[in-house]
Amino acid sequence: MLTKRIIPCLDIKNGRTVKGVNFVDLRDAGDPVELAEIYASSGADELVFLDISATEERRKTLADLVFRVAEKVNIPFTVGGGISSIEDVDILLQNGADKVSINSSAVKNPQLINDLSAKFGSQCIVVAIDAKQIDGEWIVYLVGGKVSTEIRLFDWAKEVEERGAGEILFTSMDNDGTKDGFANEALAKLSTELNIPIIASGGAGNIQHFTDTFIEGKADAALAASVFHFKEIEIVDLKEELKNNGIPVRI
Amino acid sequence: MKIVIINYGAGNIQSIKFAIQRLGFEAVLTNDVNEILDADKVIFPGVGEASSAMHKLRDSGLDTLVPKLKQPVLGICLGMQLMCNSTEEGNTKGLGIFDVDVVKFSDKVKVPQIGWNQITDLKTELFKDVSEDEYIYLVHSFYAPKCEETIATSDYDLAYSAALKKDNFYGTQFHPEKSSNVGEKILLNFLNM
Repeated sequence: MLTKRIIPCLDIKNGRTVKGVNFVDLRDAGDPVELAEIYASSGADELVFLDISATEERRKTLADLVFRVAEKVNIPFTVGGGISSIEDVDILLQNGADKVSINSSAVKNPQLINDLSAKFGSQCIVVAIDAKQIDGEWIVYLVGGKVSTEIRLFDWAKEVEERGAGEILFTSMDNDGTKDGFANEALAKLSTELNIPIIASGGAGNIQHFTDTFIEGKADAALAASVFHFKEIEIVDLKEELKNNGIPVRI
Repeated sequence: MKIVIINYGAGNIQSIKFAIQRLGFEAVLTNDVNEILDADKVIFPGVGEASSAMHKLRDSGLDTLVPKLKQPVLGICLGMQLMCNSTEEGNTKGLGIFDVDVVKFSDKVKVPQIGWNQITDLKTELFKDVSEDEYIYLVHSFYAPKCEETIATSDYDLAYSAALKKDNFYGTQFHPEKSSNVGEKILLNFLNM
């Protein structure tokens, strides 16, 4: 049986791991390769590296990091952050990334999704969507939640699927950093309306939140950062509890 | 031992090279016919879209070489699918090594299947010391139905071939190089053949 995935997310700035609370006020949480190895051996099903550096050398630094992670880690990993062209994706996949995640660049140029999935296959193209609720309507945000658009979440998600994305990583900006749980209503709607896997992100605070997002939110995978980085939740304990709740997990 | 990974421009092969390195061996990435013929073990990878991958394989002239190889050959993911008679993806004719036609999952399930699933009914040395119901990592929209050459079964929408074998040819739908310790054991079993 296909299992539900637990995905620690490592935010990367200039080659180091950081995690922001609501995407600002960053805290250092260690060396990415070392952290990745620890997660791989402690039951994580997959890893996501999100690069938020803005330096000129970022492309090379990220490619180097991908290479070093691929060398050591025996589970799949996705790389995102600032990816906007076929060349960007090519270099990351060649260095050993399994999947790439695109966000703002896909909104600015939706054809990019078609081009990437045609060239590299849908299976390695994750489209990340950040959204928040404005007057009861879910609206897509860009640049880590700083820039609003007029695009509706569910319209965009449908379009993303039709254009060939293999997976959607949905982050609720309303929930992110709150530790009050995932945006399960929106997640369930995405999961029901679409036929590609949905990764839940934003709001993980305790083990119950994961159970809820798999059951109520119908998510295929759940992503979190600080609860794992600061050892508030051990993945082994989390999976044991999910299993007890009848949710299929890899143990 | 000389291990080659066939490099025909189809996808992420760095991970396979690294996985082999972690097992204490070195692998060469190549599309050179003599180097492939000369190898003790051949790995035939592939990710992406079937018809364009097959196109690349033909362009490099390797489509006629692979079926003639006599040493153990391991096709991974799309590599395994291309070793079948055909695949529905892009209506692509395969290498015809495995006597089965690859088809798409129905829309009763999410497509692609992405993640960790279990393998059962394990046969052959490829799965030596691997327990039934172990978890392996898969990413795919198309699958080989169960057939006489099935040596591992997985379940998604229906029971399908997670691995195939014919003579010296092996194929896994899953990615052993990304399937944690279990995957490494399977890869090591192949290298030890």
